Amino acid sequence: MSSAMQQLYQQVILDHSRQRSGYGELDQPQGESFQVNPTCGDECRVQVRLDGRRLGQLGWTGRGCSISQASLSIMHEMLEGESIDDAEELGELFRELMHARGKELEPQKQEQLEDLSAFTGVAQYPARIKCALLGWMALRDAIIQAQHG
Amino acid sequence: MTSVRDVAADFPLLGRTVRGGKRLVYLDTGATAQKPAAVLEAERRFNTESNAAVHRGAHQIAEEATEAYEAARAAVAQFVGADFAEIVWTKNATEALNLVAYGFLNATLGRGGAEAEQFRLAPGDEIVVTELEHHANLVPWQELAAKTGAVLRWIPVTDEGRLDPAGFEVIGERTRIVAFTHASNVTGAVTDVAPLVQRARSVGAYTVLDACQSAAHLPIDLHCLGVDFAAFSGHKMLAPTGVGALYGRAELLDAMPPVLTGGSMVEIVTMEETTFMPPPQRFEAGTQMVAQTVGMHAAVDYLSELGMDRMAAHEHRLTQLMLEGLAEIPEVRVLGPASAEDRLAVAAFDVEGVHPHDVGQVLDDDGIAVRVGHHCAQPVHRAFGVHASTRASAGIYTTEADVEAFLAGLRRVVQFFRGG
Ligand SMILES: Cc1ncc(COP(=O)(O)O)c(C=O)c1O
Repeated sequence: MSSAMQQLYQQVILDHSRQRSGYGELDQPQGESFQVNPTCGDECRVQVRLDGRRLGQLGWTGRGCSISQASLSIMHEMLEGESIDDAEELGELFRELMHARGKELEPQKQEQLEDLSAFTGVAQYPARIKCALLGWMALRDAIIQAQHG
Repeated sequence: MTSVRDVAADFPLLGRTVRGGKRLVYLDTGATAQKPAAVLEAERRFNTESNAAVHRGAHQIAEEATEAYEAARAAVAQFVGADFAEIVWTKNATEALNLVAYGFLNATLGRGGAEAEQFRLAPGDEIVVTELEHHANLVPWQELAAKTGAVLRWIPVTDEGRLDPAGFEVIGERTRIVAFTHASNVTGAVTDVAPLVQRARSVGAYTVLDACQSAAHLPIDLHCLGVDFAAFSGHKMLAPTGVGALYGRAELLDAMPPVLTGGSMVEIVTMEETTFMPPPQRFEAGTQMVAQTVGMHAAVDYLSELGMDRMAAHEHRLTQLMLEGLAEIPEVRVLGPASAEDRLAVAAFDVEGVHPHDVGQVLDDDGIAVRVGHHCAQPVHRAFGVHASTRASAGIYTTEADVEAFLAGLRRVVQFFRGG
């Protein structure tokens, strides 16, 4: 495989797309959001239960490419049990990374992204950015639903 | 007889490289075809020498432009086996299909007078489509049904992705319109038109043929096929984007009320009302895409010179190669007939456990351009139990080496994601 593809499909991404963390529906979600990527028909549903200002439970279902599935899986791993503020901050950072055209962010931000830094290369492929961000759009929306619904 | 290699040389874009110097293997002709130099040159020449608005004004270049525009209509009409006034320029097949649907709607709303009464739909009337359709030949009929109270019914597909003849039974006494594809952009299946036309006629229903894929790859004769309406896009048949055509049997176009209204399609306009021109002008409101029609003229000339029969034979060989190669990869399931008979050189397929986006990405890295997604045909994907697929589609310029490169690339994809 070419180095460009090794760069895009980092082991972390491949692993998460196969062993999906947090896949499944929640019992009684307080907020949920369903998002579709109209270009390919991929979809995901993200559900949350809040525990005060924390994401007490986070679950997701859906289907999509390895990029979208890994993004959701890592999102779950990094954010379940964390505060809503942290979730928003990480979401912002990830969006920033996805608009950086494949360049790394400042080292401190890159570090803060942890496993999500594996997506750096995805931002070189405009058609794939939406795949990476689909779950994060759903999460943002689900949190709003849970807070105001 | 020129070899296929020579044909590829006529297409300037095919000479470019992609993804860091790799030879482009273009297998997305089903989405849009590349253009031969002759088409590009015809457009350029028109724009540099004869550009003017058509059917308006009496100066010399307006005359030249009008002549070029109408000569293109004549050439396209001849190419698809239609009469001159039976070809209406549209921007693409989608617009052409909508034009028919909206024509029926306008007639239902009482427009077009007594002549158009034949197109009126009543609640409970039925519109029949098929599960194989591109959204362009499905959604306009859903919309028409919703607006008129007509009921949408459909012919299902077989496990192989062909229309199921047993399903032709849905065409019955209440059927007013039967809209179906001549060739599927997913399964590649070519429809046997005759039995459908016969059944539709026997109940007095109009037939609408989506000839978007067939007109680009098979010799077609619309009079011979006997359909009432047909639609196709220039860009799929080596012509520019922005031009397509609606075919309508002369007496039907004559009776159908206009859809888009405005300049260029009227006779007498008062503040109160307007009389409309006869077809095809009645359906060509506003300033038209003249250079594109000129490009389409060059495209059909180019295709005729190569010979549609010869092209179909070449593509048939590519279909065989593709299907044989795909059958050898155990993880691959082709969404469509396994045999190359009555089938276009289009292979949509599923790779077990690998999402089409990932398949396409890795092929792209090798310079191989395929389509991924649902190809604007979600229902037929659902019928195969998948949501999306990867699709390789060939054209006249595709070589056996292209197909081999694709198959080798696909084996690498399987190796990479499945490690097997
Ligand atoms: C079978 C079929 N019908 C209709 C269309 C619509 O064509 P266009 O997008 O050019 O209007 C396409 C192409 O996308 C097609 O493949």
